[in-house]
Amino acid sequence: MTDKEQYKVHKEPYYQAQGKEVQLYEAAYRNRLPVMVKGPTGCGKSRFVEYMAWKLSKPLITVACNEDMTASDLVGRYLLEANGTRWLDGPLTTAARIGAICYLDEIVEARQDTTVVIHPLTDHRRTLPLDKKGELIEAHPDFQLVISYNPGYQSLMKDLKQSTKQRFTAFDFDYPAAELETTILAKETGLDEAVAAKLVKIGQTARNLKGHGLDEGISTRLLVYAATLIKDGVEPRDACYMALVRPITDDADIRETLDHAIDATFA
Amino acid sequence: MTEAKTENEVSALANIGAADVKSAAADGLSQYQHPLMAAYWKQLNSGFPRVKEVFEDTMAEALAVLSREGLSAYLDAASFLGRMGRGDEPILAFLEEWPSVAKALGEEALSPVMKAIHAMHKSPNGKAIAPFIQTLAPVARRQHSLEQFEHYLDIAMDLMARTTGSIHGHHTTFPSPGLPEFYRQAPFLFAQLSMAGVRNWVEYGIRNYRTHPERQTEYFALKSADSRAVMQRERHGVLFADVERKLDLYLRGLWQDAEQLVPYSTAFDELRKPVPYYDKLGMRVPDVFDDVVIPSPASGRGGREAPGEGKATALSTTVPSPLTPPPPAGEGIRIRGIDRYRAVLAHMVGHRRWTTQIVADNYSPLQRMGVEFFEDCRIETLLCREYPGLRDIFLALHPYPREDACDQETMSCLRHRLTMLSRALLDENHGYQNPAIVEFAQRFHEIMAQGESSTREIADLALSFSARTRRQSDQFAKIWFDDTVIDYRDDNRHMWQYIEDSDDEDFFDDPDKKLKKESEILSLPPRHYPEWDYHSQTYRPDWVSLYEHLHPHGNPGDIDRLLQKHDALAKRLKRILDLLKPQDKVRIRYQEEGSELDLDVAIRSLIDFKGGAMPDPRINMSHRTSGRNIAVSLVLDLSESLNEKVAGSEQTILELSQEAVSLLAWAIERLGDPFAIAGFHSNTRHDVRFMHIKGYSEGFSDEVKGRIAAMEAGWSTRMGAAMRHAAHYLESRPADKKLMLILTDGQPADVDVHDEKLLIEDARRAVRELDQKGIFSYCINLDPKADEYVADIFGRQYTVVDNIQRLPEKLPELFMALTK
Repeated sequence: MTDKEQYKVHKEPYYQAQGKEVQLYEAAYRNRLPVMVKGPTGCGKSRFVEYMAWKLSKPLITVACNEDMTASDLVGRYLLEANGTRWLDGPLTTAARIGAICYLDEIVEARQDTTVVIHPLTDHRRTLPLDKKGELIEAHPDFQLVISYNPGYQSLMKDLKQSTKQRFTAFDFDYPAAELETTILAKETGLDEAVAAKLVKIGQTARNLKGHGLDEGISTRLLVYAATLIKDGVEPRDACYMALVRPITDDADIRETLDHAIDATFA
Repeated sequence: MTEAKTENEVSALANIGAADVKSAAADGLSQYQHPLMAAYWKQLNSGFPRVKEVFEDTMAEALAVLSREGLSAYLDAASFLGRMGRGDEPILAFLEEWPSVAKALGEEALSPVMKAIHAMHKSPNGKAIAPFIQTLAPVARRQHSLEQFEHYLDIAMDLMARTTGSIHGHHTTFPSPGLPEFYRQAPFLFAQLSMAGVRNWVEYGIRNYRTHPERQTEYFALKSADSRAVMQRERHGVLFADVERKLDLYLRGLWQDAEQLVPYSTAFDELRKPVPYYDKLGMRVPDVFDDVVIPSPASGRGGREAPGEGKATALSTTVPSPLTPPPPAGEGIRIRGIDRYRAVLAHMVGHRRWTTQIVADNYSPLQRMGVEFFEDCRIETLLCREYPGLRDIFLALHPYPREDACDQETMSCLRHRLTMLSRALLDENHGYQNPAIVEFAQRFHEIMAQGESSTREIADLALSFSARTRRQSDQFAKIWFDDTVIDYRDDNRHMWQYIEDSDDEDFFDDPDKKLKKESEILSLPPRHYPEWDYHSQTYRPDWVSLYEHLHPHGNPGDIDRLLQKHDALAKRLKRILDLLKPQDKVRIRYQEEGSELDLDVAIRSLIDFKGGAMPDPRINMSHRTSGRNIAVSLVLDLSESLNEKVAGSEQTILELSQEAVSLLAWAIERLGDPFAIAGFHSNTRHDVRFMHIKGYSEGFSDEVKGRIAAMEAGWSTRMGAAMRHAAHYLESRPADKKLMLILTDGQPADVDVHDEKLLIEDARRAVRELDQKGIFSYCINLDPKADEYVADIFGRQYTVVDNIQRLPEKLPELFMALTK
């Protein structure tokens, strides 16, 4: 039997609720409703799921999806051995057996034919047919499916099918409001609140430029990086250039504008 | 050198301006009581009465700055100018100007200057000597080094040498028409342009108008459009056009404001410098901002001491101002032009955020001024709360008037007082002692400490400040302006609401002026393109006017017939077309029949098979190309020479071109590439015609065929402009690969260009520009003599079609070979 413990989240991850999402998630979990988490990159989707797994003390199995992933990468496959074949459960199957929360990160990256295999697990059936093996798995009562995706780079090619979307309840995440984000930076890195507030201000400058040369603003994750660097003793401006501006853009005009915002903020 | 002066000289100096001289002047005689002055006068040896009038004053200044040798050379030079036979203008100008030139550059500057004067004297340009001397001081003040100054002399002499007219190359007989105008403009030019800029500007004028006296005069008087355009291009500082996007991003990013930015020109409005403002149409900002370096206090903020300024004036009755005021925060730093723009924008954004309109009619103009200063400071304080870094920029740009600079007894000190106050409100280390200023700064900070305050509350504070500090002298006509101009602030017109039209309000945009002259637009307005001038390696700005028309329509049946005629060729082309399926291979998996084995699937099937399950037989994959992504623009030269008949044939080049283009269009249509056709010809730079035949999204329809059928040849070939215009469209196509085919039968030429190489070089430049835009240009040339120039223009990207009769089949083949 698979070791449940290895999938447990043992230490409390820091998560600052932006609204009622914790209570809502708990309600969804009580009723084992599948959950979809949407939001721009680095806004705390994965952290939220991790935190909920810790709070509910359930094992968490995370799968990072990519476009070469096939259905058998999720469900499992037969392996060749010297004297025949052996079945190996995929992560989704494992989660359904042991009653874990299965978190499919960036689900749109997976091919559409792959995503269809989750359908029977997400409605009233809560079953997973392994047609290769000829087995029908009844999901463990604790099992829950969570998917995340970033609607930011939504293109015609990369979108979920309606039939998939409509099997989930959804949270729409965004970057937290300024004050909240300041608290997050301060808590996460131990940086002093005043400096954290300045970082947040720079972050918002970049978010204002989204669509005017930037595909995505500065994420909370990058702000945490900058805060970490500053906490480590790096000069704030340098930390910001390095962690906030250089990663997100190659456009000289935008770079100069953001650099100016940094200079104006850290005067 | 001054130390070397003898006692006598010093005493002579001291005596001048005293009774001695006055009495001498009263005599009207050339008698100076002091022997040295008499000697100087003798050395000058001038009989002009006007020289006599100014002699003492100029000598006083000269004695103060010149050494003994310098003085002697000065008098000799002046004496020469007086005896040149050109009246008293040159000598007067020289006497007055030289001391300040010598002060700025050193006495050694005299010899190159005299050399220049001698040269002018010997040429027919003697009239320009006086204007030349008058430019010396203003130019010298800007250049700061003798070397730079000599560059100026070089430019002037070069201009003179090249524009002075000659007959039969023997004598230079006509004075240079542009030279005096150039001298008249020189101080202005040097204020606006760098030395290199002036040089380019002059060079441009000489090159283009050397043989055209009227135009030359206009150019050097800065009256022609060209002249202004070239000057604008050469201006120093940060041009708005270069930083527009950055400023736009700045507004959006830092201030969440997306207002339109509209530049106004600062170059030509000398009397009344426009200031930034905003209205319904957008934020108005200057078109250029120089970097400013804030001088350190040692080098003289506030400039040199004027006599009588030293003693403390009534304003600072309490305590004399501190000997060295604490350096303001911005001291010694360089503020870049872009930061000045940012300061202007931030200030306006501040008004838009926090300023509410108040009724102007209740206040007197002076009170309004006070309210504006206070309100400006309020919003700047709020802005600095948002971005503390702004404070450094504001303080560096904000003037720092000396407390005792303005004398209240004789002039209106209102501006001075308010500027000091404004400084004090922003700068904690202002160091001013005036009790009213200190008190109001205190009250201001108390109000601001409580929050954002409001325009109304701050206006009340301003009114009590005005009431407290009002002086009778505020009404004087003589107003103190030094150090009181805060150039990043807008004119606050948005702040006031006028209930009645008062007479002191300026209507900048008179609504009546906007005449509704909406005449019907028959064709597109011209687009202007620059042209490359290889002599100077610069672009001539907006040189060519290009008009775009829709090509006239003809009978599409003609083209269908042409296509039928080439039926056999079309069939052959079709075979090649079918082979032309490159690029973008896409894998198709899960195929029972395919070109390759798909290993992943094959292994999976093998496992299924071994495990006893039904293996998936779809273990192959194949490839498919997902279309080409090329946008093509075909530019046809429709110049007169196309009407010539091809040797050994009854057809003209034009007819053959029609056939070729039709076939090509047919072929590309089959391939499905976005494809545009346009023709061009030109009649001087003012009229380049660009004819639209087929657009990228238009199919090869009857309408397009009709336009091809109606193709006509005429005029000349200005290739560069046409290529730039076609590139302008091609550039915005989303395709991966962009190809521009240029079909021409001769070298670029136009009737207004005499230098054959000019348009060739321009076209070559255009090819390079296209290259930078990611457009591949390729020339199909029908001129048997093309080898002489085509490689210069297109490098190796060309084909010369010798046998023009074969063009219809060559063209599509070429295209396919290029895009394979």
